[in-house]
Amino acid sequence: MHPLKDKACIVGVGETPYTRGTDRSQLSQILHATMAALDDAGLKPHDIDGMVLPMPMPTVEHLAANLGIPDLRYSASSNIGGAAPVAAVQTAAMAVALGVAKHVLIPVGWNAYSGAGVRGAGRSGPVGLPPSFGLTMSEYYMPFGLAVPAQWFAWLATRYVEQYKVGLEGPAAVALAARKHAQLNDKAFMRGRPLTMDDYRNARMIAQPFRLFDCCLETDGACAVIISSAERARDLKQPPVYIAGAAEGHPLPADDIPGRKDFFKIGLFFAAPKAFEMADAKVSDLDFVQIYDCFTHIVLLELEALGCCKPGEAWQFVQNGRIELGGDLPFNTHGGLLSEAHVAGVNHIAEATRQLRHQCGERQVKDAELGVVTGFGDFGDGSLIVLRR
Amino acid sequence: METAKYKRLLPPMRGLARDFYSYCKKHELRFQKCSGCGAWRHVPREMCPDCGSFDYQWAKSAGKGKVFSWSTTTQPMLPQFADAVPYATVIVELDEGVRMATWVVDIPPDQLQIGMPVEVLFDDVTEDVTLAKFRPRKQA
Repeated sequence: MHPLKDKACIVGVGETPYTRGTDRSQLSQILHATMAALDDAGLKPHDIDGMVLPMPMPTVEHLAANLGIPDLRYSASSNIGGAAPVAAVQTAAMAVALGVAKHVLIPVGWNAYSGAGVRGAGRSGPVGLPPSFGLTMSEYYMPFGLAVPAQWFAWLATRYVEQYKVGLEGPAAVALAARKHAQLNDKAFMRGRPLTMDDYRNARMIAQPFRLFDCCLETDGACAVIISSAERARDLKQPPVYIAGAAEGHPLPADDIPGRKDFFKIGLFFAAPKAFEMADAKVSDLDFVQIYDCFTHIVLLELEALGCCKPGEAWQFVQNGRIELGGDLPFNTHGGLLSEAHVAGVNHIAEATRQLRHQCGERQVKDAELGVVTGFGDFGDGSLIVLRR
Repeated sequence: METAKYKRLLPPMRGLARDFYSYCKKHELRFQKCSGCGAWRHVPREMCPDCGSFDYQWAKSAGKGKVFSWSTTTQPMLPQFADAVPYATVIVELDEGVRMATWVVDIPPDQLQIGMPVEVLFDDVTEDVTLAKFRPRKQA
């Protein structure tokens, strides 16, 4: 038995409204989401004594000062882009399971629409790039006009589509399922804006093969989750959601995409078997998956990394409603980054938690007992958690 | 001289990148070759990820390779490259085994194919910086 299995729980989740346009700073957004998560858990700001931050700003010092935390005992950061929030859950779980901290906050706020979106990468230049991959990019990619995720993941997608003869209906099924689920979610930015196959097909190209609706949203908002030990979780306001498995993994090398011997082996390929083994679970046991959906083709790669199907077969796996509510393996029941909001996937953790509490109303996966959340970031770093009620 | 007109992004000339681009300026495509195990590598690194050796030489590539993958930018993401869309940032796999990000000139992006044979050419974009690009070649 893995020493961390079921020793920590997600006890609180909360978010701001997801908008395009806001008067709030990112710090203010994070604080509002944190207060919502605390309220959800039945905790007060002074109960938080640990933080794991998936984004470099604001710092733990800013957050602790604003929240009035009297005794911040533990802080850490995880700088692996969109894989960071889920990886942070593993770190937080270790901290609470060992008693280093009682209640650990994991917040992300991103005013990507109104503030620093990825589209600004060319203007901000190398200094504005995350250190985790900025060196490689400024030295070897940017002189050739490549600086944003849609461009560098198109390297993966172009070869993936060519090598496996992936039909347009593969990535389309991912985009359409996410949008369909968003219609059942009041918080989703794309609620009330349904998407058809014709809309998908006719949308403009962004970076081939990514069309507009293959790409995640840029929104303004924040989301936060709180991790506590299993013992403490049982006394809190909400039914505990147990962290049964957790792992992170990295492609080789993680700081350069062209140089990979095994081009499609994203970090999740390394992480998934570890987390399933820890949880003593199989992919066929899952009631849902919340997958980091920066781009639809990346969702296909992640499904393969999870072991849902063989390499190159995900585009067929997702057909016939299999990943929609009511299908074998519902995916991103909130709409995901594609149709709810982009807060680096903390919203995926929040949704998984609410699904396992059976609080999702008309989009509830019936009798949900076990689910997975994945993270994917920078040049293909990966993370996942296996959650159970 | 086109120097004054070149508005696109240039690589920062520091550390190992400066070494790599200094050879490009001499119209030589050179990559690190490990003195310990003989493995070629790119992007340049301080040590060999295969054997752990810190010793290497800058070995000359024959400059021939094949198209491995590409990313075609259709929306102008970087203002410095807005005039170039649509353009493909191509991954070329050299015969020596290393892969690099580059451009393949003399061919529109929609005619690129995986495995297409290419050969290096040197584009002196400014007085200080030369970029190694590629063009299609007839297979021997």
